[in-house]
Amino acid sequence: MGALTEYIAPRIGVYILTIYLGVTLCFLIPRFTPLDPILTVINRFSEYGAYYDPESVEAFIESMKELYGLKGNLLEQYVTFLRRLMTGDFGPSLIYFPTPAISIFLRSLPWTIGLLLISTLISWLFGNLLGGLAGYFNEKRWAKALGVFATVVYPIPYYIMALVLVLLFAYAIHLFPFYGAYSVLVTPSFTLEFIANYLYHSFLPALSLVIVGYGWWFLSMRALVINVKTEDYVQFAKATGMHSRKLLFHYVIRNSLLPQVTGLSISLGGIFSGAMMTEVAFSYPGVGWILFESVLNGDFNLMMACVTFSIVAVATAALILDLLYPLVDPRIRYK
Amino acid sequence: MRFKASSIRFLKLFWGFARYRPSVTIGVTMLAIILALGFFVSLFAPYDPRRWNQAPRDLPPSSQHILGTTSLGQDVFWLLTWSIRNSLILGVIGSAIGLLIGASLGLIAGYKGGLTDRLILLLSDTFIVLPTFPVLILISTLLRAQLNIVLLGLMMALLTWGMPVRNVRSIVLGLRERDFTYTSVFSGFKTFNIIVSEYLPHTLPWITASFMSRINMCIGTEVTLAIFGLSSLQEATLGTIIYWALKYQALVRGLWWWIAAPVATVVLIVVSLYLVSIGAAEYLNPRSRLYRIKGE
Repeated sequence: MGALTEYIAPRIGVYILTIYLGVTLCFLIPRFTPLDPILTVINRFSEYGAYYDPESVEAFIESMKELYGLKGNLLEQYVTFLRRLMTGDFGPSLIYFPTPAISIFLRSLPWTIGLLLISTLISWLFGNLLGGLAGYFNEKRWAKALGVFATVVYPIPYYIMALVLVLLFAYAIHLFPFYGAYSVLVTPSFTLEFIANYLYHSFLPALSLVIVGYGWWFLSMRALVINVKTEDYVQFAKATGMHSRKLLFHYVIRNSLLPQVTGLSISLGGIFSGAMMTEVAFSYPGVGWILFESVLNGDFNLMMACVTFSIVAVATAALILDLLYPLVDPRIRYK
Repeated sequence: MRFKASSIRFLKLFWGFARYRPSVTIGVTMLAIILALGFFVSLFAPYDPRRWNQAPRDLPPSSQHILGTTSLGQDVFWLLTWSIRNSLILGVIGSAIGLLIGASLGLIAGYKGGLTDRLILLLSDTFIVLPTFPVLILISTLLRAQLNIVLLGLMMALLTWGMPVRNVRSIVLGLRERDFTYTSVFSGFKTFNIIVSEYLPHTLPWITASFMSRINMCIGTEVTLAIFGLSSLQEATLGTIIYWALKYQALVRGLWWWIAAPVATVVLIVVSLYLVSIGAAEYLNPRSRLYRIKGE
């Protein structure tokens, strides 16, 4: 009971407050920019050569304001925004008018989750396995070579890594396509042909995410394992003549995994905003790409939909972690 | 006199660090070359390398133009030296100011505890969950015309000060219950003095390492912003070279040197800074320092 009232309840309170403040900041920032979404629409119409008399333009602006939740002063807009937010209604998107922003977000979500979830999990698995092995056998030459590779790739920004891969695989040897998630000729469906095409197109973006991610997981896991390896209980287990595979996986790697699980959940929380650069680099139709388009075009509603989900995801990952930590690690107690 | 003695001590410390282990030696050497290119060699540029049509266009690397020329008639080598300088200045501004805000708040939050701690944490958590990159894009769109290196660095600092608060705070939390804290409190030390003279030295290894890795982060962010056309495009930075190269389809037209040179430079900078930063964290760590003294 004590833990619930003293730790869990305040933590959840902070969680809600953090999300609220984050969303409010993101509501305010675009409203202080000179980007005017309604002007953008009108400009778009006049680009096609249409002419309207001033009165109908006025009426049009009024109805647009109503629709976009831009009616009234900042406070009124804010109240409307919060009321709509409760029901998950972000208003219509501007660039894809009149589709609701939320449905555009949901449509692009599977693409991002497909790319990010899989590449994050793959890099986590590979990085930890290889990092664990390299930490255990840290005198071996192959372990050192893997370490050098990880040290070199880890600090490279995603976009630069993507560019290096494009230079190598799409430009120097024409092995993979430059952009897109699938060929123009193929429509998304659950056929073998489409899946093959999708995998082929996602290979380079995924590879750049996996390589950079691998660097981090490898280095942190290796450091952890090198530490655990010298602990007394491992030395003791070794002295009993335990089979080395059991020693490695059950004694050393297993006890080093805890911080890595933490890291995994944090990076899964940051999935939406983290993917942005890679998605834009490869014109991949995920949340990052949508967010980029909406920011450039001043599409407030779509932007808010993406950003709100991103904030909620990061805050939730941190919350789950803080709540689960004492369960997983007996050394930490609720205080 | 005192100044001279301390600078000699610093040089000795640095010399010991540079030979600490092979990876640090490599990192320090690469970094020295990069710094020399950016802050020394760049002074000898025969003309402002940002200006267009100063050299013949689209030339591959040769003895005349070591790294070739661009479609805008710029010499890639001289452009690169200016870019290294500007990108490093931007990185240092973004990193130092963000760390200064974050680390000071972290020290205060960790030591004071209670309501101050909670308020600071709430504020920094809000900035941590804020998706940095979209917000940066927004602000850059807004300030496009006025963007310059210093402003970009400041923007990055103001959006990324949240994380150091948590890190420094957790270090201080570990120190607060130690005996020396009570000793200084009972000896009548002021809060400010305790923080600066007792806690700051303990957080220095972390701050040094994170200073360098944050420079990396800022350089990477600038490159990414520039590629979207949202950096200070008239300036010479590593990002803007890549932007113009992509804009002029350097890849498709076979002008690989135009894009490979800045990409390779970014890789070189981030890798060398990273090597130095992990070395520094280990070298300045009190535990390993003790070990070294024993060994000597």
